[in-house]
Amino acid sequence: MDDAKRANTTFRDYLRKAADWYRHAYRLRYTIKRVLLMLMVFFIIISICFILIKLLPSKPAEQFGKDKNMVEMRRKALGYDKPLAVQYLIFIQKSLLGGDWGMSEVRYLGSNVWDVFMEKMPATVMVNVYTMLFAVPLGLLLGIYAALKKNKWQDHVISTGVMVFVSVPSYVYAFLVQYFLCYKLQLFDFQIKSGRDFLSWSMFVSMIPAIISLGFGTIAGLARYTRAELTEVLTSEYLLLARTKGLSRSQTTVRHALRNSMVPIFPMILGEFIGIIGGSIIIEQIFGVPGVGALYIESITSTPPDYNMFLLLSAFYTIIGLASGIVVDLSYGFVDPRIRMGSTK
Amino acid sequence: MNTNTNIPNIPKEDFEFVGTDSYLHDKKLETKPIGYFRDAFNRFVRNKSSVAAAIIIMILVLYAIFVPMLCQTSYSRALTDTMYQQYSKLPPKMKLLAWAGVDGTSKVTINSNTYEAYRAKYVETGMNPIVKVYKANYEDPKAASENARYYDIKVDNYYNMGMMELTLTPDQYKDLQAYQSETGLQIIYPSVKTQSKDKNANIWYKVDTRGNPVLDEDGNFINDYRIASVNDKSYDSLRIASDTDPEQPYAYARVTGTSEVPSYIVRVSKYNYFIYRYGFEPSFNFGTTGNGFDIFTRLAAAARFSFLLAICVSAVNLTIGTIYGSVQGYYGGWVDMIMDRICDVLGGIPFSVVTVLFQLHLSKQVGVIGALIFAFVLTGWLGMAARVRMQFYRFKGQEYVLAARTLGASDKRVMFKHIFPNSLGTIITGVVLVIPGVIFSESSLTYLGIVNLESSTMTSVGTMLANARSFFTSYPYIIFFPCLFIALLEISFNLFGNGLRDAFNPSLRGVE
Repeated sequence: MDDAKRANTTFRDYLRKAADWYRHAYRLRYTIKRVLLMLMVFFIIISICFILIKLLPSKPAEQFGKDKNMVEMRRKALGYDKPLAVQYLIFIQKSLLGGDWGMSEVRYLGSNVWDVFMEKMPATVMVNVYTMLFAVPLGLLLGIYAALKKNKWQDHVISTGVMVFVSVPSYVYAFLVQYFLCYKLQLFDFQIKSGRDFLSWSMFVSMIPAIISLGFGTIAGLARYTRAELTEVLTSEYLLLARTKGLSRSQTTVRHALRNSMVPIFPMILGEFIGIIGGSIIIEQIFGVPGVGALYIESITSTPPDYNMFLLLSAFYTIIGLASGIVVDLSYGFVDPRIRMGSTK
Repeated sequence: MNTNTNIPNIPKEDFEFVGTDSYLHDKKLETKPIGYFRDAFNRFVRNKSSVAAAIIIMILVLYAIFVPMLCQTSYSRALTDTMYQQYSKLPPKMKLLAWAGVDGTSKVTINSNTYEAYRAKYVETGMNPIVKVYKANYEDPKAASENARYYDIKVDNYYNMGMMELTLTPDQYKDLQAYQSETGLQIIYPSVKTQSKDKNANIWYKVDTRGNPVLDEDGNFINDYRIASVNDKSYDSLRIASDTDPEQPYAYARVTGTSEVPSYIVRVSKYNYFIYRYGFEPSFNFGTTGNGFDIFTRLAAAARFSFLLAICVSAVNLTIGTIYGSVQGYYGGWVDMIMDRICDVLGGIPFSVVTVLFQLHLSKQVGVIGALIFAFVLTGWLGMAARVRMQFYRFKGQEYVLAARTLGASDKRVMFKHIFPNSLGTIITGVVLVIPGVIFSESSLTYLGIVNLESSTMTSVGTMLANARSFFTSYPYIIFFPCLFIALLEISFNLFGNGLRDAFNPSLRGVE
């Protein structure tokens, strides 16, 4: 009797604990909710893309010309003979769940689309990682400096520069960099060097023009944001309190102002870090980076367009965009415990 | 408190109007009333950089509107003319800015062979391509060939165009001669005996086997003109100065074709032929592109297209976004939630994917531009809808809305007569900030070749950049003007937009 009762209470305790935990795990709940929502959105988008692509005439099959048999066979091989709904089911089963995105039909004829994609990935990632490594600290420093020197000439210089670099399209700097650094001063080559040694020093040097061109925008954006956030925090009352308590100006700035201003800035940096995998199509094209962006342009400007490649890359860009949005949202809660994402309170 | 409350039956005659002879009204305001927009305008004007940006935008818009209308020449209008290739890559030449070096000249380093060729052009036509010699006849230790000699000169690229060969019908040949006789402008120059290897029409003098000119004792060029028979009457017009011997006249054309339908191959000076053909001296404000298009008018056409596209797109986005956002914000609840999910899905599609799909599907039916506009509209209104929705959430709980609803105003009336005007400031700012975004996306897409708008009558900034890129180190001015245009446009639109936002909503000042 006693045992049974005890067992019962412990079980009930567990239940209560679980319920409590569930109630307090709003962050986990929120995360799961957001991820599920994201997957749903992704699924809808990729379905629309698939259907729109399959509705197009099958150019790769038609290139066999007048030979009806060949065209028919090719259509069959590409799966165009089945009804659209069946094709869609096969697509979900084979590509979305199985990870097999089919063969390239044009440029990389016969090779698996996914393999080509993975082969192009390192160049894009490396260029963008280098960019972030030098752009993020520089952007933060400029922003902090401008905020500390608010309304002095240093601030005006930085703010004007930021305004210019935020507005002017990145390909304009790319041309300037190519013209002055690569042509006039002959410091670098126009295009990055061929080869797959992405971690080597010589590869890094040849990537510098692309890194600089990509970095300007990031630096300017980050500096502007940091300046705005930090000036707001620097004028707040708790900072005045900290000063009255006897902290020095540098102590208040570093310990109080900077940490608080990082709350919105950190998620932004995180979002950019995810976004870097997507890269910048136009910079990759200008500097000949053999990356995903170049692959994307190739897949749509080739005749006929490479549908399988296009579908895979569309899925990739979609998921990158969605994921960076989620990570930014969620990281607010992690950076600042006061922000309770998804909490009802 | 309770005085005079209980007086029954006051006779009607005892009532009397107070002050029938004077009007009671509010005191008249001594200052002018300042409305919402007036207030915003006052604040905007105080912001110097935004005003400067507005002026720059005005100039760019005027450039885009009026240059294609007024500054078209017979050259820039003759769009399918193959003659274009002959006048490609000319540098900018402006009469107004000639003092600043914008006079069609450039500084180059050439070797002695090229120098001789330039000199020969001067001797033959009298138009000297060598404006100034900075450093003559020096050895370059870095150069590959040891005994090569170099010259640093300032070259007039317009005079340096030299000669070209044209094949004319008899009528065209006669017409050209008549024009020559009438104006006294030497266009046709005598044809040359030996054809040089690369068919260079500029070589009118004797050359050795290596292509170097053979000079006589005085250091002059020896001409290599063909001699016509005395009886040949097909040329009857101006003759060049050295053509003095009536027994041995120079031949001004090579005749090919049949004897019934002869055609004349003539050597003409490109500069003078341009005057004959288009009626004015070649001079291009911004230079010409690699295909020979006049950049000044071509860029204006591109700019006009960009502006039109941006205005169309932002007008459509404004309409859709406002209606969608108002409904979302006003009704809230599950309507808002469902509509928000639709926005999520649309917002998740990368823009480049949308554009490609629209180009593949619609460009046959509605044209490339139509498909581009559809792509912009499909996702472009999301930002506007979000803005309007936020404004509606902000205003819908306020007292005046409650009052309007109590008085029986319909939902539509409350939304568009009462709430909407209050969110107008944000919406105007939104529209202004959409325009540079659209122009930027359009130029990127055309640059990458995802959207191809290039034709003889039309172009876009992105296409101009892409075409100029292959030779932008040697001819930087071709890429400079489109770049300058887009950079100025983006900067000034952003400054202008920020100024507007600060003016309409001073509390947001400084928040970027």
